[in-house]
Amino acid sequence: MITSSPGEQPLLSGIDLRKTYGSTQALSGATFHVRAGEVVAIMGSSGSGKSTLLHCLAGIVRPDGGEVHYQGRQFGAMSDTERSALRRGDFGFVFQFGQLVPELTCVENVALPLRLNGSRRHEAERRATEWLARLEVADVAAKRPGEISGGQGQRVAVARALVAEPRVVFADEPTGALDSLNGERVMRLLTGAARQTGAAVVLVTHEARVAAYADREVVMRDGHTRESLLAER
Amino acid sequence: MSIGQTFLGLLESSPRHGYELKRLYDERFGQGRPLHYGQVYATLARLLKSGLVEVDGVEPGAGPERKRYAITAAGVTDVGQWLGQPEKPDVYLQNILYAKVVLGLLTGRDATDILDVQRTAHLKVMRELTRRKTSGDLADELICDFALFHLEADLRWLELTAARLDQLAATLAGTQTVGAGTPTHDTSERRDGSLA
Repeated sequence: MITSSPGEQPLLSGIDLRKTYGSTQALSGATFHVRAGEVVAIMGSSGSGKSTLLHCLAGIVRPDGGEVHYQGRQFGAMSDTERSALRRGDFGFVFQFGQLVPELTCVENVALPLRLNGSRRHEAERRATEWLARLEVADVAAKRPGEISGGQGQRVAVARALVAEPRVVFADEPTGALDSLNGERVMRLLTGAARQTGAAVVLVTHEARVAAYADREVVMRDGHTRESLLAER
Repeated sequence: MSIGQTFLGLLESSPRHGYELKRLYDERFGQGRPLHYGQVYATLARLLKSGLVEVDGVEPGAGPERKRYAITAAGVTDVGQWLGQPEKPDVYLQNILYAKVVLGLLTGRDATDILDVQRTAHLKVMRELTRRKTSGDLADELICDFALFHLEADLRWLELTAARLDQLAATLAGTQTVGAGTPTHDTSERRDGSLA
């Protein structure tokens, strides 16, 4: 298992992030750090800005103010092409509803990030099969997403997020659509596999039991992270 | 936990010595709080007197004689009734967290900080329990899940209360004005109940 030491530099940081959608201020000075091998939960009620923070940290959304640094590089200084390459190569994603491609089989879905990065089909599917087994869903490899349960689908999505061995996994409410038992299973496998590969995990959740799988939590309220809120007083 | 009925349940499958009952109880239900031998033998003496267990045999040992206890037909009936009865659901009306929030607001302190500090403390314990359950067996998992669901319920209440602090502060301010000169604890108790 790979773990980070407390003194280690952050792998990914968002500093004083601000983002407005129309008249809604989604982020109003949020600050966040995650180190390699660390699992951090972003908690907060609906509309507190947690998903916007995740999208800014992952380079999906460009913040109106503040900076995101990844391995010492500033996102704002990168071109769209560079950020897309970073997302494909270094980042993995798990969303609430899996977002698997319905026309592809599960093994093809898991192999997709490797194929997009230029791996040959045979090699990509061999590694995808290994990851399906690690996530305890080897038996659904040949099935399409519509033929499997929600819990199985989410484990396939976790396999897809981890197959390219990313340095950061972004998980946005990964258990939100699952019952307790399947949610526990997904969290155990996701955090266990990420810790084994040394990936950092940025976990957005409103469920305390899910956040309890993390090493620490950051709480958001009205677009602020708790640390930044207290620092302003 | 009713030690007597738990012993009856453990005796139903086979007769056992007192030390064996203690070991089984500590392993399965003790959770770091083992029974004292005094509790074990006082409980067995009470069950014996009530006719719910009987002495099945006595074995001489190096120290005192070792008695083996067996459950009686009355004991089987008793444990069956106990298992069939629901435990009284705890309604948690005496809520110290609620009292702290109200007192924080009444004294002009920041009630958000009270809730934030409590959330941090809850999550720390929840992380410890999660680590324990992920490295333990199924019994550990079930016991930790019971605690985790209860702590999660507290946290949901903390979130709901955080979202209603302004409303609560306004209500308390109104109550203080209207109820000036009347004891405030009566009002607090009514609110306590209505929130649960």
